[in-house]
Amino acid sequence: MNYEDFLTDIALGDERFIIMTAENRAAIRNINKSLGNRFIDTGITEQTLIGSSAGLALRGRIPIVHALACFLTMRAFEFIRTDIGIGELPVKLIAAVPGFLSEANGPTHQAVEDISLMRAIPAMCIFCPADLQDLLIGLKDVLLSPKPFYIRFNQSESHILHSNNFEIGKAELLSEGKDLTILTYGILLNEAFEAAKILSEKNISVRLVNLRTLKPIDEEIILSSVSKTPLLVTLEDHFLTGGLFSIVAELLLKNKVTANVLPIALENKWFKPALYRDLLVNEGFTGRQIAEKILYKLDMI
Amino acid sequence: MAIYNRYDMENVKHEILKKRALSAREQVIRMATDGGCFLGASLSCIDLIVYLYSEFLKIDMNTIDSIERDYFFLSKGHDVPALYATLSDLGFFEKQRLLNHLKTNDYIYWHPNKMIPGVEFHSGSLGHLISVAIGVALDIKIRLMNNKVVVLLGDGELNEGSVWEALLVANAYKLDNLLLVIDRNQFQANMKTESLIPLEPLESKFEAFGLEVYSIDGHNFQEIDETFQGLSFNSKRPTVIIADTIRGKGLPSIEEKADRWFCNFSHKEIENLIDELYGKTLKTELTSEKLIVR
Ligand SMILES: [Mg+2]
Repeated sequence: MNYEDFLTDIALGDERFIIMTAENRAAIRNINKSLGNRFIDTGITEQTLIGSSAGLALRGRIPIVHALACFLTMRAFEFIRTDIGIGELPVKLIAAVPGFLSEANGPTHQAVEDISLMRAIPAMCIFCPADLQDLLIGLKDVLLSPKPFYIRFNQSESHILHSNNFEIGKAELLSEGKDLTILTYGILLNEAFEAAKILSEKNISVRLVNLRTLKPIDEEIILSSVSKTPLLVTLEDHFLTGGLFSIVAELLLKNKVTANVLPIALENKWFKPALYRDLLVNEGFTGRQIAEKILYKLDMI
Repeated sequence: MAIYNRYDMENVKHEILKKRALSAREQVIRMATDGGCFLGASLSCIDLIVYLYSEFLKIDMNTIDSIERDYFFLSKGHDVPALYATLSDLGFFEKQRLLNHLKTNDYIYWHPNKMIPGVEFHSGSLGHLISVAIGVALDIKIRLMNNKVVVLLGDGELNEGSVWEALLVANAYKLDNLLLVIDRNQFQANMKTESLIPLEPLESKFEAFGLEVYSIDGHNFQEIDETFQGLSFNSKRPTVIIADTIRGKGLPSIEEKADRWFCNFSHKEIENLIDELYGKTLKTELTSEKLIVR
């Protein structure tokens, strides 16, 4: 099943759902045919898209809103924060091509500060599926939650068999390990998986965590990872500031815990635009490069 | 038995509205102390708000949660004392509560809060509520219902690009259940609109965006009444009423004074201003601080 079929089914079964877009139809090309006037395209108007989704939510609807991650979170930030955030309205923001998925578009289209922005809104929750399968496993709970949600949309092909036990605020533990923990979310889970495989060939065992929701975050799994392994790696296609590394740093400090942490993120720069595999190599985010960074770090601690 | 003809009946109605607006003005003036409020902006739109709730909108305490009610969105936000005075006068909440203005034990502050009965949505950030109203209007259309959605905007607010973006969408979806009312008091926060970011010709701007346009005197109940009652709401176009108003209307000592947007007066000055509202000439100069807040 693909995302559009899933969405069509759930929306046909529940009158509350309204599918909206700011003319971003890549993932929802045909849904208008089944949903009629419960599909609304506002054109290239992110602010009006968000404001009107708030109005629909005031009428008891659950708007599922589609736009490019960068324009959604930044052009319309104040509308998200003020209309949806202050109003605590159950609008679901489907953010297309977040992080590295913007590929060769260039920095105008790179949402690598979206987590940072969205988690600064008190009511907002964040779901970052690793692939299509992970997306579909969590989507129903996310859409039916009474909370506003930011969804880092990712319908990439699944290489990993995910657990069907989804719970908002609970991570998925993909492997136990004793030498280090990789904490990650979204598309880079594939690279983390690859890195873990490479490391295991060197007899280094990796505890691999797919966080799934970044807000609320699974605090318990992060804290237990600190006691179970001597190194935490935070891996993300996001700026170092405000994303997973920040979340982990805040959590550890709050709990008066210290740990060896290797952050792998974008350090104060946008990435060089290219096709996905090429940009991973160029930025040092392939499984092999990640494994090398980890080996180097392990040598130092 | 006295027999009234239609003309007399209309006159009686307008006299009642005038009285209600006068009393609402007094309530608003009483909020312009101990921290103050956006007095000038509240007094320009108060006749419109009193009219809307008294004669036009299908909403009262009993229909406040009904999905068939009409909706009123105060987009300019900072003129909320005018809304609170009107709502409390009509029994949406106790008048006594207005004494809680700016107190932490209530939710009555410089911009609207949904915790106050009758307030549909919070506002204060300009250029938001046409979009929100579009969402409500779309849902009403989807449900094949006939409620009306009214949005009050300031003229300075029309500087915001999001207003014009939203109008494109309202036009595209032919939202003839949407009515915008512009409080055309000729002022932005601190400047005359025409001297800072000119809006004229405003009617033709709205016409070009596909709206049905009316211009009225926003302080004349007869004109307000005739215009609102004459709206068809089936033109396949949103409607806009440009209401010419005077900032600070009712208090000659602050009317159209650029620095009397936000006002914070002493208790003594408040009493003098209320005397002025009821027709006395203000003898002393107003000395209170002139705050420019946005
Ligand atoms: Mg004005």
